[in-house]
Amino acid sequence: MRKLLLGVAGAATAVTALAITAITLQPAPAEAQASRGAFTILIDGSSTVFPMSEAAAEGFQAQNQGRVRVTVGESGTGGGFRRFCRGETHISDASRPILAREMETCRAAGVSYVEIPVAFDGLTVVTHQSNPVRSMTVAELRSVWRAGSTINNWRQINPAFPDLRLSLFGPGTASGTFDYFTEAVNGTAKSQRTDYTPSEDDNVIVQGVATNPGGMGYFGLAYYEENQGRLNALAIDPGNGRPVGPSTETVANGTYQPLSRPIFIYVNAAALRRPQVQQFVQYYISNAGRIARETGYISLPANAYQTYAQRATQRQAGTAFGGRNEIGMTVTELLGRPLVLASGTAAPR
Amino acid sequence: MSVADVPVRQDLTARPPGLAARHFKSHSFVIWGILATLIGLGTLVALVSELWVDGGHRINWDFFWSFPSSNPEDAGILSAWVGSLLVILTTAFFAIPLGVLSGLYLEEYAPKNPITSVIEIAVNNLAGVPSIIFGLLALGLFVQGLALGQSILVAGLTLALLILPVIIVATREAVRSVPQEIRQAALSVGATKWQATQHHVLPYAMPGVVTGIIIGISRAIGETAPLILIGGLTFVAFLPITQPNQPLSYTIGEVDQLGSPIDPDAMERITVSNPATLSLPDGNVVELAAGQSMEVPSGTYVDTMSSWSDAIASWMPWSWSGQSFTVMPIQMFNWTSRPEAEFREAAAAAGLVLLAITLLLNGAAIWLRYRLRRSIKW
Repeated sequence: MRKLLLGVAGAATAVTALAITAITLQPAPAEAQASRGAFTILIDGSSTVFPMSEAAAEGFQAQNQGRVRVTVGESGTGGGFRRFCRGETHISDASRPILAREMETCRAAGVSYVEIPVAFDGLTVVTHQSNPVRSMTVAELRSVWRAGSTINNWRQINPAFPDLRLSLFGPGTASGTFDYFTEAVNGTAKSQRTDYTPSEDDNVIVQGVATNPGGMGYFGLAYYEENQGRLNALAIDPGNGRPVGPSTETVANGTYQPLSRPIFIYVNAAALRRPQVQQFVQYYISNAGRIARETGYISLPANAYQTYAQRATQRQAGTAFGGRNEIGMTVTELLGRPLVLASGTAAPR
Repeated sequence: MSVADVPVRQDLTARPPGLAARHFKSHSFVIWGILATLIGLGTLVALVSELWVDGGHRINWDFFWSFPSSNPEDAGILSAWVGSLLVILTTAFFAIPLGVLSGLYLEEYAPKNPITSVIEIAVNNLAGVPSIIFGLLALGLFVQGLALGQSILVAGLTLALLILPVIIVATREAVRSVPQEIRQAALSVGATKWQATQHHVLPYAMPGVVTGIIIGISRAIGETAPLILIGGLTFVAFLPITQPNQPLSYTIGEVDQLGSPIDPDAMERITVSNPATLSLPDGNVVELAAGQSMEVPSGTYVDTMSSWSDAIASWMPWSWSGQSFTVMPIQMFNWTSRPEAEFREAAAAAGLVLLAITLLLNGAAIWLRYRLRRSIKW
C-alpha cells in the first residue's frame, strides 16, 4: 500500500513538473517577439502558386533590403484557407477560387479578402510517348476518370485507341488541381474514381506516366514543359470537334478549354491597410506577368493586372466566383463580375 | 547401466555421420549473413552515390551561404541549416534532461507497482507512435492551446516529445546494465542512494545514455511531417539571428499574429541607437537621429540599422526561439516536387548534407562511447 502511494506521488510530481514547464513556457516569445523582429508578411497555401509567391517574396525582399520579411509556406489551397480564415496569415495562395464553406468560416471570423488572380495555368493531360492517341474529348476523359469508372484499357475508351492497359496517375485529393480537374471533367468537384495512383508530388506523376506505356495523368503546364521530351500532351476537344492542345498561347487566348484555370492570391483586406503589405501586393501584381512566364504559368492581360492593382489599393473585398469553382472563365468575364463576401447573396448569374 | 554398456566407437578417426550436412549448414549461414549485410550496405552505397551523381556538383560554399531562391542555380540552404541547428538545440535542451531524469527515476527509484508498469508500457509504446501524431498533438497543445505560434520553440518542443521515449528507453537499458554489486558496494560503505547513482551508476551508464541521446537527435533532424503540420515554412530568406549594422525593423508594443497592435492606445518611450525612420499608425513619418528618444503609440513601425546590442540580443534563445523557421528536410521536400530538374539537383545536394550531418552525429556517438568506456574501471 505504501509503495502504491509512493507511485501515485511520483506520478503526480511528474505531471506537476510537466505542467510547470508548460506554464513557464507560456508567456515566452511568440507574441512579444513578433514585435521585436522585422514586420513579416505571412503567406501560406497552394503548392501550385508557391513558385510565384516565392519569386515575388524574393524580389520584394531584395528590393527593400530585408526591411520587410516575407515567408511562404505550402500547406495546400484548403490548408492555406483554414489558416487564412483564422487570421494567421496575410495572404493565401490558392489554385482554385475560395469555396462557399471557406467564405463562411472567414466571414464568421471577421476576415474579408481581396481576390487577385495572378496567372493562368493549363491543366495538361499527358500520356506515354509511344501512345499514338493525340487528342481526347471531355466526354472520353469523363468516361475514364468519373467516380466508379471501370475502364481499364485504352480500347474501352474509344475502339480506335490502341489495346493498352490503362494506368492512371493524378494529384492527391487535398490538392486544388484535383478539385479543378474533377469539376471540369466530371462535373462535380472531388468526385473521381479512386483506383489511380495519387501523389502530392507532380514529379511522381511525370515518372509514372513516362515509364508506363498505357499511362495517363494530369498536372499543371509547367511540369509538362519541363518534361516535353518524355511525355505527350493530349489536345482536348471540349465537344465541338475541334481539339486544342495546351500551350502558352491557347491558354492565354482562352481556346484551351475547359482545363485552363486562373490561380490566385487572397489578401486579408484589413492587412492591406499596412503599408508593407500594400507595397508587397503592388510589387507582386506589377511583376506577376514576368514571374508567371519564369515559373511556367501564363500571364493575364496587362489591363487585368491594372484593375487588380486598383482593387488592392481600394481594398475591394469579395470573390467573383460566389463560392463555386467555375470552369472555363476568361479574364474579361471575371473582371465584369460583382464581388461577394457571402455565398448565396448576389450570386453571379 | 554400467560403463560397459555404453557403445564405444571403434574408429575415432572416422567422420561421424551427418558431419558434412552440419558443416554445410554452418557455412551457408555465413553466406546468408554476408548476403544480408551486402544487400543493406549495397542499397546505402547506391543511394549515396546516386545523390552524389545528382547533386555533388551543387555542394560548394555558396550553397551553404545562400537563401532559397526561385532561380534553382541561386538556391541555397542557409535558412534551412540554421533553422535545423536552432530547432535541434531547442530539442536537446528539453529532451535530454527530461529523458535522462525520467529514465533514471523509472529504473533506480520507481517502486515496482501497477502504476509504474503502466508508465513503462506507455513509454515503450510512445517510442513507436508515428511522428505525424506528435505533430497533431503539438498543433493542438503548443500552437493553438498555449498560443506559442509557429515558432522554433514549438518545433523544438515537438521533436523533444518525439524523441523523449527513445532517450528514456536507452537510459533505462544503460542503467539496468550496471551490475547490482556496484550499487551494493557503494551503499555498504555508507553512500546515500543519490551518491551511489551520481558517482557510480550514472558514469558507468553514460556510454549507453549518450548513444540513446544521439540516436534520438539523429531521428529528430530528419523529421518533416510534424514540422510541416505545426507550420514549418518553405520559403524563409532571413535568419532568426542578426549581425550589427544590418537593416532592422520592428513594431512598437504588443502585436497579434498578423503584426497589428493589441492595444492601439498604449504609448511607449523609445530611444534609438542608430538613425531611424518611424512610421506612425496615423500615417505620419518621423526621422530620429542616433540617441534621440520619443514617445510613440503602439503599432509604430521603426526602420533602422541594428546596433551591437540588437545583434547580441538576437542571439539569445528567448529571442530566436519565437521566430518562424524552415528546416533541411522541408526544404528538400519542396525542391523534389518542383518542375525544374535543377531543383532536384539542389534537393540531392541538401540530402547529401543531411546525410553527412547524421553520419557526423553517429561518428560523434561512437567516439564518445569509446572515450567513456575507456574511463570505466571495475
